[in-house]
Amino acid sequence: MVNTTLVEEWSQVAATAAASAVCDPELPMLTLADLGVLREVRVDGDGGVTAVLTPTYTGCPALAEMRADVVAALRGAGFAEARVETQLSPPWSTDDITAEGRRKLAEAGIAPPGTAPRRAAGPVPLTLGPTHAAAVVACPRCGSADTEETSRFGATACKALRRCRACREPFEQVKEI
Amino acid sequence: MSSDDDHVYLSLAEGHADDARWAFGTGFEDPLHGVDTTLPPGVDAGALTALCLALADDALVAAQRLAQWITLAPELEEEVALANIGLDLLGQARLLYARAGQAEGAGRDEDALAYFRDQADFRNVVLAELPNGDFAHCVVKLLLLSSWRLAELTGLTEHPDPVLAAVARKGVSELTYHRDHAAQWVVRLGDGTEESARRTSAALAELWPYRAELYAAAPQTRDEVEAVLAQVLDAAHLSAPTDAPTATASGRSGEHTEHLAELLAELQSVARADPEATW
Repeated sequence: MVNTTLVEEWSQVAATAAASAVCDPELPMLTLADLGVLREVRVDGDGGVTAVLTPTYTGCPALAEMRADVVAALRGAGFAEARVETQLSPPWSTDDITAEGRRKLAEAGIAPPGTAPRRAAGPVPLTLGPTHAAAVVACPRCGSADTEETSRFGATACKALRRCRACREPFEQVKEI
Repeated sequence: MSSDDDHVYLSLAEGHADDARWAFGTGFEDPLHGVDTTLPPGVDAGALTALCLALADDALVAAQRLAQWITLAPELEEEVALANIGLDLLGQARLLYARAGQAEGAGRDEDALAYFRDQADFRNVVLAELPNGDFAHCVVKLLLLSSWRLAELTGLTEHPDPVLAAVARKGVSELTYHRDHAAQWVVRLGDGTEESARRTSAALAELWPYRAELYAAAPQTRDEVEAVLAQVLDAAHLSAPTDAPTATASGRSGEHTEHLAELLAELQSVARADPEATW
């Protein structure tokens, strides 16, 4: 006799493991689980699996690839009926990047994001003056806190460009959103 | 685990039978793929269609103007910044077109709405379609448009349509960066050299009257936008033009300048040359 509960549990573990291990196309050192875009993996009654993803940026061209990669990974793990749902709300924030993800970013020379600004109800206040003066972004190479932003926008939507004043090296930072 | 096939285009092309697909201009996967798109009861489909379409047209046209800065901006970092801002807007446009098409229920998808409507059907504000000028013109226009769009999207985060509300919530974080970027440049140029201040003042004089159209399209944004503009001009040591004429632009009613025709001719030419093609 087959123990259905055990099979279900095993499916859940296997499907979660397969989907969680898929790497982000733009930040390949991170898995989708590290990035925090994999919201849920659900084993459905029909033996199929549904993975729930949330986009990082609305215009991020990587989302279609993430979706295709998750389906391929789930099929590879034996789940022929693999589906992906997209969840738009609540929107993804860099706060969703896990501690493990932050460690991997730093290891790859990309400064992890600080805490994302919390938005109160009503108009978004405009802050002029030195950008992010309060937040200290440490250089991922030499560790110095003496760094400056050279451009708020980098090679991908999620990154800003910075420069270390101590070791003079430029580096990227995942910017808070 | 995913395969060795980790090239973005190969992976994207998986869903297409045609292996020859090597670039992507039309026929992207539906941007609302996998999203629950049921229209909630009580939401007026016609009003939702019109609202999404207007917001999408603003974003598409502004994104196209920003893309025209690529290779022309004063420095590489700035080019990357303008391209990123354009990409955010294009992403918003795709979701909003898809939502407009669903609410309309006439079977039009994002490609049909972006590539196969004529100038008179576009509802973008005229400010978005104005041709690019110098860099001061670029950042003043971006300040006006992004301050206004941020205010409008902030108001839409509680919209009864959950898809529009979700697009607005995400858009608010993106637009906050756009407005910051424009505001910092206006301050830098206004408070910079005599020449940069002169050019920024000239851009303000030209673009200031178009605020009237923005506030006519979304009256609830006026107080917030005016406060932001006053804050930026004060920090930039610039003054608001006082003798600005009243503009009568009304892009929301389909009244556009010849500049939009030119922009659309370029934007739509490939899709229209071979309407059945997917590339």
